[in-house]
Amino acid sequence: MTVTVINIILLCLLVITALAINKQRNLFAATMLTGIYSLICASLFVCLDAVDVAFTEAAVGAGIATILFLGTLALTGFEEKTRVKISIPALLLVSITGGLLIYGIQDMPAFGDANTPVQTYLSGKYIDESATEIGVPNLVTSVLASYRGYDTFGETTVIFTAGIGVLMLLGRGRKNRKGLLDEDDA
Amino acid sequence: MGINILGAFNYWVVVVLMMIGLYIVITHNNLVKKLIGINIFQTSIFILFISMGKISGGTAPIITGTNTVYSSPLPHVLILTAIVVGISTTALGLAIVIRLYHAFGTVEDDEIQQEIE
Repeated sequence: MTVTVINIILLCLLVITALAINKQRNLFAATMLTGIYSLICASLFVCLDAVDVAFTEAAVGAGIATILFLGTLALTGFEEKTRVKISIPALLLVSITGGLLIYGIQDMPAFGDANTPVQTYLSGKYIDESATEIGVPNLVTSVLASYRGYDTFGETTVIFTAGIGVLMLLGRGRKNRKGLLDEDDA
Repeated sequence: MGINILGAFNYWVVVVLMMIGLYIVITHNNLVKKLIGINIFQTSIFILFISMGKISGGTAPIITGTNTVYSSPLPHVLILTAIVVGISTTALGLAIVIRLYHAFGTVEDDEIQQEIE
């Protein structure tokens, strides 16, 4: 019961933070709110038994993402130029999409149910056999590094590709400070 | 009925957060703010997956020797991968924003559009 109450409080805090981010025109403040948002998210993951995900979210979401955003803002300016107006078409689109999604989640099994496919299909095998097959007490580690090792391999490929992409985009900018428009003129 | 609403509360909040993220992406002209919106959007999906893995009365999936109920480790693994992929796309997006700033001197979507026309 306590877990459910904490869960609900944290989810409400997440919604409030997200709304504050939407309203905030100062991008520095918005970035800080994103950091807070990630930290609340990490607390929620601890509450939902996903400790490995929680510390990854705290390190990556609240740490690295905030640094990346601040680095970008230092180059591009801290203030949003246009004031946010409530857009009726956007609101309409978002409500329709949200309504469809809520219609979709009616079929979802109840939160915490033990008889869902998620709990019965593969995780039982992992829980029973990981200790003898892999020998690592943390199941998330054994699944990540062994049972689904190809996923992790794909993930490192994605990081590598993104790293090369960032270096190509920014490295070119440094060499030719004037940018794309001047290249076109020349 | 009351239990039913509580049972789906996580999923409702996931939809609300996702739609706030989408709304930010649609309405804001600033490209950095759009990326923040995308971040909120993807975090809502993380919460959806982790909520599905939770089991009532369960503990974190670390084997301790005593016979207990564990939450499913599989969604946790998938979301660990998704978090790292998410930060990669954010980094790439921010690099593109910096590149656009070098080219156009602004990160506002409408001003870039005017410049092109």
